[in-house]
Amino acid sequence: MSNISEAPSEGMEGFVDDWASDKDAFKGVSWGKAMMWIFLLSDTFIFSCFLIGYLAVRTTTVIPWPNASEVFALTIAGEHVPLLLIAIMTFVLITSSGTMAMAVNCGYARKPKAAATLMIITALFGVTFVGMQVFEWSKLIEDGVRPWGNPFGAPQFGSIFFMVTGFHGFHVSIGVIYLIVVALKILRGDYEERGYEIVEITGLYWHFVDLVWVFIFAFFYLW
Amino acid sequence: MAYVHDAEHEHLHDPTAFWEKYIFSQDHKVIAIQYSLIAIGVGLIALFLSALMRMQIGFPGVLDMDSTEYYQAMTMHGMIMVIYLLTALFLGGFGNYLIPLMLGARDMVFPFVNMLSVWFYFLSVIVLLASFFVPGGPTGAGWTLYPPQAISQGTPGVEWGIILMLVSLIIFIIAATMGGLNYVTTVLQARTHGMTLMRMPLSIWGIFVATILALLAFPALFVSGIMMLFDQILGTSFFMPDMMQFGEKGEHTGGSPILFQHLFWFFGHPEVYIVALPAFGLISDIISVHARRAVFGYQMMVWAIVVIGALSFIVWAHHMYVAGMNPYFGFFFAVTTLIIAVPTAMKVYNWLFTLWKGNIHLTVPMLFALAFIMTFVAGGLTGLFLGNVVIDIPLSDTYFVVAHFHMVMGVAPVLVVFAAIYHWYPKITGRMLNDTIGKIHFWITFIGTYLIYFPMHYLGLQGMPRRYYLSENYQFIPESAYAMNEFITVVALVVGISQLLYVWNLGYSYFRGPIADANPWKACSLEWCTPDTPPKHGNWGDAMPVVHRWPYDFAVPEAELDYTLQTTPASEVPVHESDHDEVTLAEADDSAKDDGDGVPSLVQS
Repeated sequence: MSNISEAPSEGMEGFVDDWASDKDAFKGVSWGKAMMWIFLLSDTFIFSCFLIGYLAVRTTTVIPWPNASEVFALTIAGEHVPLLLIAIMTFVLITSSGTMAMAVNCGYARKPKAAATLMIITALFGVTFVGMQVFEWSKLIEDGVRPWGNPFGAPQFGSIFFMVTGFHGFHVSIGVIYLIVVALKILRGDYEERGYEIVEITGLYWHFVDLVWVFIFAFFYLW
Repeated sequence: MAYVHDAEHEHLHDPTAFWEKYIFSQDHKVIAIQYSLIAIGVGLIALFLSALMRMQIGFPGVLDMDSTEYYQAMTMHGMIMVIYLLTALFLGGFGNYLIPLMLGARDMVFPFVNMLSVWFYFLSVIVLLASFFVPGGPTGAGWTLYPPQAISQGTPGVEWGIILMLVSLIIFIIAATMGGLNYVTTVLQARTHGMTLMRMPLSIWGIFVATILALLAFPALFVSGIMMLFDQILGTSFFMPDMMQFGEKGEHTGGSPILFQHLFWFFGHPEVYIVALPAFGLISDIISVHARRAVFGYQMMVWAIVVIGALSFIVWAHHMYVAGMNPYFGFFFAVTTLIIAVPTAMKVYNWLFTLWKGNIHLTVPMLFALAFIMTFVAGGLTGLFLGNVVIDIPLSDTYFVVAHFHMVMGVAPVLVVFAAIYHWYPKITGRMLNDTIGKIHFWITFIGTYLIYFPMHYLGLQGMPRRYYLSENYQFIPESAYAMNEFITVVALVVGISQLLYVWNLGYSYFRGPIADANPWKACSLEWCTPDTPPKHGNWGDAMPVVHRWPYDFAVPEAELDYTLQTTPASEVPVHESDHDEVTLAEADDSAKDDGDGVPSLVQS
């Protein structure tokens, strides 16, 4: 090939050249990783639309919105503790991101057993999170909150709450299955030759789900 | 040496069983044909529905449709044509077929996901068509499915039709996402040696940017679909305000119908460009080949595609001028709408400059391509009218909108579909289509388009309202409008029936057409360089192609032939890359870094 440039250009120009060069735009990024990033971009738009829908519904409805710190409060030993369960749930999910990051590290350090174990631990945290969400939902349902109405205020509160946390819980559940499948494949030795980048790809998804929760937490529970 | 090396030396696993090869195939070419056949089939159903509507409008007594049937036909016609035909055909059909072939890849990056994509698409079509057979029939809410009317008592199909429609859309979006992730990743990460981004044919640029739009715009439809489904099934009130129905207060309270319109059009306007951008790209390539001339201003064309794609996300509310928005919003969206005309006009000028002093061959694909430019300009100019708030408000609910929309977004992309199928059919099947039938089909379709849609502008200016199933006994509709409607109906039926010529041509030529050689149009781009026609599984035989130039090297002074293939080395014919910047190419042996992961899954198995 005659037109290979002698020295790679630097700075912004080098960036553009790299990007526009042949074969791959993102050098050294595998197909799976690129695809996961693009999927997450698309998924970001889904959650953004949900949250924008929530903001629009909350600002247009004429009936007052329920007070989050009352609705989401637990009464423990006679004490009224607002947001206790949510705080624990958030803590669990953030912790699971920590174990996930450790799994990625172990994967690249070629310690498949440690990586798989940490992924299983991450999945267990995920299951715990979903379990607590089930508890939270059943408590709300017990209190009379339904998708079509609730005793605390605007009926959209229940609708949007169940829809968005449900969609997020669905993502976490998918993530749990994904983690377990990949962990089992690692233990079976499927990635011995190809390397353990799959752990990082799984981790991208998991961190994304975690990040989405931070937004849901802020918008639904703190406002 | 990355996947190119492995692909050259490893044995391809060729499926032999019938169902593996033709039914549950993971080959992008088979998937593309599956997508196209399903899309064309469902498109013919939508065409038939439009014939029913035209009969009702032109000759109300003959079929004697009631309002329910008319609205159901209208809704299904619109939704099928926009989503299930055009989107699926451009991205799933042409995207699947052309991306790996034009970029020199063995297949899409994840063939299995690609296969799932087409089967999800098939499922969505089945669910959609099932709504014809449920109690109450398909939904008659209009293709925009505006609430509260879409899920209120009295609207046709409110029992089951609307639910099936929303479920079908959600399945379609999953299919489009799985396909789209593949297309984008393939374009970004799986090009062959020497295929830089600025050497990609404009077809690929159009499909690539349109796919990105699809991945970012479909989420809005997905979300609004789920919310409306909940409004209908669970009784939530996202979009449903307090309403009196049949003298009683409805079960919903406090929702916002305008929210649905915003979500829908945040999807809906990019959707126009999801269809238009691949059409722009394909037409650029076809014009260049059949005018034997390089695309004028290639870089400008690429940037116009990217800019149109970006702008398409901030113009959506020009569909909502009559929804009662704040006038300042109207001002903003009118301005962005008119700005988007600038890159679009650049593209039209560049097509004309490509034709200028070209050696124009009036082949069937070229005829359709030229027809596209004319139709697109005619339809686009009325878009400038409707983009302005003050002109849009009186015209919004008239046939003027129907005419504009069908010229620019209906017929123009369909003409590209015809052009592209006539152009690539020899590569897909190894046989040429019949030229005479093609030309008859072209002239009927082209002249018919103008006879159908030009009078509709006049009808609209006369105040003829759209979406009325019966327009008798209205004082404000002049007598001439009825005669005009009869005329349009007759032409529409002739054009509709003449499409059977085309379907017949596709079928007949597949078995009896003259055998095509590998490069019948003498084009330069990579898909015409395959060792076999039609290309076999894996596309490139033993050796991956190496690209040395852009895809438009027509009439290079030093070359013997008037076209120089992209694979021709610079040592044989000099490369004139004057109109695009020098780019850094990956050296042949520095690719160890993507070893392992760069291996196409095709080869892994």
